[in-house]
Amino acid sequence: MYKWNRRAAFLFALLAGAAAAQNHYSGVGRPATPAEIAAWDIDVRADFTGLPKGSGTVAQGQDLWDRKCASCHGFFGESNEVFPPVIGGTKPEDVKRGRVASLVESNDQRTTMMKLSRISTLWDYIRRAMPWNEPKSLSVDEVYAVTAYILNMAELVPADYTLNDRNIRDAQAKLPNRDGLRPFPGLSDVRGKPDVKNTACMKDCIKGEARIVSSYPASARDTHGNLAEQNRLVGPVRGVVTIAGAAKSGTVVASAGSALVRKHGCQLCHGITSRVVGPSLREIGQRYAGDVGAAARLVATVRAGGSGNWGNIPMPPQLAIAQGDIESMVLWLLSGAF
Amino acid sequence: MIASSRGRGMSETDYKGVKHGNGRVAVPPVEAGTSAGTRPPAGRLRRAPESFLSAQQIAEVQAGRRGFLRKALVAASASLSVPALAQGTGAHNGDPAILELPAHSRTLGLPVAERGYGLPSQFEKNLARRESPGLTRVAAASVSFAPLQGLFGIITPSGLHFERHHQGWHDIDPVGHRLMVMGLVKQPKVYTMDDLMRLPSVSRMHFIECGANTGMEWGNVAVPTVQYTHGMLSCSEFTGVPLKVLLDDCGVDMKRARFVLAEGADGASLTRTIPMDRVLDDVLVAWGMNGEMLRPENGYPLRLVVPGVQGVSWVKWLRRIEVGDQPFETREEVLHYVDMMPDGVARQYTWTQECKSVITTPSGGQHLLDRGQYNVSGLAWSGRGRIRRVDVSFDGGRNWRTARLEGPTLTKCLTRFNIDWVWDGGPAILQSRAIDSTGYVQPRAAQLRAVRGTRSIYHNNAIQSWQVDASGEVRNVQVE
Repeated sequence: MYKWNRRAAFLFALLAGAAAAQNHYSGVGRPATPAEIAAWDIDVRADFTGLPKGSGTVAQGQDLWDRKCASCHGFFGESNEVFPPVIGGTKPEDVKRGRVASLVESNDQRTTMMKLSRISTLWDYIRRAMPWNEPKSLSVDEVYAVTAYILNMAELVPADYTLNDRNIRDAQAKLPNRDGLRPFPGLSDVRGKPDVKNTACMKDCIKGEARIVSSYPASARDTHGNLAEQNRLVGPVRGVVTIAGAAKSGTVVASAGSALVRKHGCQLCHGITSRVVGPSLREIGQRYAGDVGAAARLVATVRAGGSGNWGNIPMPPQLAIAQGDIESMVLWLLSGAF
Repeated sequence: MIASSRGRGMSETDYKGVKHGNGRVAVPPVEAGTSAGTRPPAGRLRRAPESFLSAQQIAEVQAGRRGFLRKALVAASASLSVPALAQGTGAHNGDPAILELPAHSRTLGLPVAERGYGLPSQFEKNLARRESPGLTRVAAASVSFAPLQGLFGIITPSGLHFERHHQGWHDIDPVGHRLMVMGLVKQPKVYTMDDLMRLPSVSRMHFIECGANTGMEWGNVAVPTVQYTHGMLSCSEFTGVPLKVLLDDCGVDMKRARFVLAEGADGASLTRTIPMDRVLDDVLVAWGMNGEMLRPENGYPLRLVVPGVQGVSWVKWLRRIEVGDQPFETREEVLHYVDMMPDGVARQYTWTQECKSVITTPSGGQHLLDRGQYNVSGLAWSGRGRIRRVDVSFDGGRNWRTARLEGPTLTKCLTRFNIDWVWDGGPAILQSRAIDSTGYVQPRAAQLRAVRGTRSIYHNNAIQSWQVDASGEVRNVQVE
């Protein structure tokens, strides 16, 4: 986002006929209006250009988090079930140093807070893309609040903290990995100099025979399905049969219900047969088998959201899914036909 | 012992092991000068029935339906040896595929326009985009890989183009789609698709490769086939207007403009920074792909094309271009698509896709049908320019021969290479090594690791090794 006043002033000057249009192509395109630019120009740069005025407290953020974020990220930002964890892996010494030691010392899952070098990036991303199933639904103050709560969970700010557009620079100065990035022109410039050099040796380039240091294990041949079904039926080669007696591909016809479950991303939280965040679809079907009123209750729960039936993590309301789709999915999971 | 490799220039009748036109198959002689000691006896490999029969067919054979066995074996005739054919038919008159006229030669075919939009043959279903199990947990923020193991030439069929979405894909109505150009310009503007498609367009063939392609293999072998090692790679002819034309149209402030931000219209509204030197060089705002509009999964109706640069910068469903004087430090530039170095600091803005190649036939998870002639075929590409040369090794990198490059060899585009090889039944390790127009030679994995360690995830352009064992099975391996 750029200096708004200058841009607006220019536009008004243009509309007043004071400035000639830059058009090289007559009749193509039109000036963007100030309201249109404001609606789309939502990016926030590392120097906080584009950051709107506003504020939010840790307490407000916690309330939002528990309702809209915890189902994927866990109540403490620690969940590794759906997405990599947001919180974890940082120490007070990292905050002093500006570099996260565990990035070097351990091979554990890298969390967002271990990697995050720009608070602007976190703010910008929450505003444009979160929550996962309702992006851009948070107000500016809500984005400040959620950001404040994330900083609190990472033990960077106290529980009574309020984050706003004026003190966000202080938060940047506390990020554990704030000095964790460096440019490398060799791989960004059009004519950058490479960092790795090989030569085109043609004969006797290694002594003796090539030594294999890593090999796809025979015991894992079937991890990617039956490779025979991933290769053409004619030609110089065939795919290796990795699953004996596997069904021919394409013979499994997914029902409309399962297709809808996939379309609407339900498996983000509900596996077909395994628990992810919420119960598996199979166990829901089993619990309510033979229950005459279950279908209507489940349709209402999917629509309005709920918690307490299977655990404490709430299922968020599903406002964007057509009623018919919810009904088809509920009937399918109650049928147990999967 | 490593399989022998033959020089170029053999005559047409020299292709060892390839069936000639009379329906009889000569058993290929053992090649002189190779190591008979470590090889299985001469003759065609006889695959177990599971290799070409379905489970149902096997069940029918087991149930004693001998006639069915014959039919099924004939259906798999490409891999058939003479003894097997004789077993099935008990006759030596010739190939039933010739002697018994098939239905398609004796009946009326389908009319024109039976399919308003044509589809591949029903026999080609095996070549499909696939996810790599366990790689991602959410299908809307995942990857599907292109089946490179079955593709020819350099153009990826649009329906097989790899996918990478950050928050799912949409099929956007082009009538309502808008592109806004703003920031350091004299006149911020809005363009409809109608507007854009009236501008002077160009068509260019370019590869697109995800920065994380081959990323699972930084530390060790992790996936079985070339679809999963290299399938975040595709190549198309893109049609659109150079971004420079739009920036000129808006009166870009060239004194201050250093970078542009590209933003998508999807839920993620994914954003990436593109430097002005690339914008002025060859960046396109594209709507066309391989003669038709972009596919929805690839950004319909509008995407950015940034030749030579990792795929995440080719923003799909493009809605906004903002001209600025600094990089924008977006999520995909701070938290992801950065290269973790051994000291724990991540390199930022490493978007060039360096020179790389891979043999696609034969490749991991395949098996050779028998000994003899093979056209070893693969792809080479470079984000810095054209492919100048590709060398192929059959002994794990000890000795190399230069492959044929099939034209055209275009800048920042896939190049197909081929080389003849006679497999003598001995073990072999196949590798390819590309050299681009800057003279850069594709590195070995050990050379990459010596500089960047093993935690980088992104930008792995190491030489790929495929091991062929005595049974003809090809396996993904890494050599020292």
